[in-house]
Amino acid sequence: MTYTTAIFYFFAAILVFAGLRVITARNPVHAALYLVLAFFTAAGLWILLEAEFLAITLVLVYVGAVMVLFLFVVMMLDINLEKMREGFWDYLPLAGIVAVLLVVEMVLILGSRHFGLEVMGAPAPHAADYSNTKELGRVLYTDYVYAFELAAVILLVAIVAAIALTLRHRKDSKFIDPAVQVKVKRNDRLRIVKMQAEKRPGVEGQDSGEAGT
Amino acid sequence: MESVGMDWTAIQTVVWTLIKILAVVVPLMLGVAYLTYAERKIIGWMQVRIGPNRVGFLGLLQPIADAVKLLMKEIIIPSGASRGLFILGPILVIAPALAAWAVIPFTDTLVLANINAGLLYVMAVTSMGVYGVIIAGWASNSKYAFLGAMRSAAQIISYEIAMGFALVGVLMAAQSLNLVDIVQGQSGGLHHWYIWPLFPLFVVYLVSGVAETNRLPFDVAEGESEIVAGFHVEYSGMAFAVFFLAEYANMILVSALTTLMFLGGWLSPVTFLPDGIVWWLLKTGFVLFLFLWFRATFPRYRYDQIMRLGWKVFIPITIVWIVVVAGMMQTPYAYLFH
Repeated sequence: MTYTTAIFYFFAAILVFAGLRVITARNPVHAALYLVLAFFTAAGLWILLEAEFLAITLVLVYVGAVMVLFLFVVMMLDINLEKMREGFWDYLPLAGIVAVLLVVEMVLILGSRHFGLEVMGAPAPHAADYSNTKELGRVLYTDYVYAFELAAVILLVAIVAAIALTLRHRKDSKFIDPAVQVKVKRNDRLRIVKMQAEKRPGVEGQDSGEAGT
Repeated sequence: MESVGMDWTAIQTVVWTLIKILAVVVPLMLGVAYLTYAERKIIGWMQVRIGPNRVGFLGLLQPIADAVKLLMKEIIIPSGASRGLFILGPILVIAPALAAWAVIPFTDTLVLANINAGLLYVMAVTSMGVYGVIIAGWASNSKYAFLGAMRSAAQIISYEIAMGFALVGVLMAAQSLNLVDIVQGQSGGLHHWYIWPLFPLFVVYLVSGVAETNRLPFDVAEGESEIVAGFHVEYSGMAFAVFFLAEYANMILVSALTTLMFLGGWLSPVTFLPDGIVWWLLKTGFVLFLFLWFRATFPRYRYDQIMRLGWKVFIPITIVWIVVVAGMMQTPYAYLFH
């Protein structure tokens, strides 16, 4: 067993374990954290496949941003697990059908003659100066530029739609425009009044602090 | 015999790598210790105080005394805390702060791992630091800690976007993700550094760096006057010290990255002086001084102002400047970048 194979099995074992724990952990926060572990280990496997750009992007996007927001939400929910488990037996038949479908699909792909090891052999290892990032960029912005731009536009529409759906202008909002705050001059807020110092009647002589007057 | 020989080289590689890692981590930890001392002294001078001067000559042994004190203290785990995660929190904060140093070059040859996606690696690893903060806040089972974790998570995510875009500008200018190549793209003296063509990105990166490390004036995650000490309020002894170490290690990391990407790294500012690690240290030290200066100067931001600055000011600035850089690179002025 070579070093790389050993690393692969090590990562694969962690990945399978983390994946199992995601669905078996009783606490949703723990489940989300196991999902983070699963993503991270999957990134490790991708590095073994010399796909360093995809691996690092997986960590950057999914671990660094998506799962943080996920955790954010999950931590603030008060989830009652007993209540969630109530309908377990009602949903079981439907869930079973979906599971069988998934297994059939995987067998069709992984067990077929078209995608087996003989047909899709391991790619030849690249030289040390091979840049996965550069190759991906070249392909994305030349051969697949229309598909890429379309995906970008769809995402932009989704962002705008999400904001438009949730944006509410509250009437009691105390929002202040910072530009207005910065523009304020001293004379808008403050009026300096010249006043003569006045003596308080009846307290002279008792307070030494006012002796100078 | 041959297999034994193979094992021997493998062991040699592992030992050699471990020695190299120690050669980075030990000076870093010393740097962290004396950064705390420098912080107290410099802010002391700025506020016309003396700062620590009791332990050792000029108080120079103060960080060591602090470390010994923290080591001797008991680590209390609150009874309502989630034990495993409570201990995992500080570990997940310090691990990315140290792991990112693997790809930081000190000179063009003095680098632990010179990988061609170095910049991406740094971004990915530093984006994981937020987990430690969130887990610590949640596992403490305390309202203050939880509020601190929420604030910190929102803030780190917001500023990470601006930071990432600022780095996109740098990699467009350098046309490389390799940190050594990025520095070498700035060779030729002071006026070739990326700080000039990418000045808006430099400002955004530096301020976002301050926000990412939860330093003043962006330290609402700790906010001792509102939420006691934020996410690490329940931690004591060495567990607290680990958070402290991570914060300062991250400060040095952001300073080092600013130096590498905008200030020419180990390159000398004038051509008649040789390049070397001295310049790296001087520039990083200067950026660190800015961190301390900010702390002594600015009052804490209000939370909605922090969010506004990140989303409505910094992100648009970076996007506009990326477009400007991309346009400039198609003109005869492209030589400005490389």
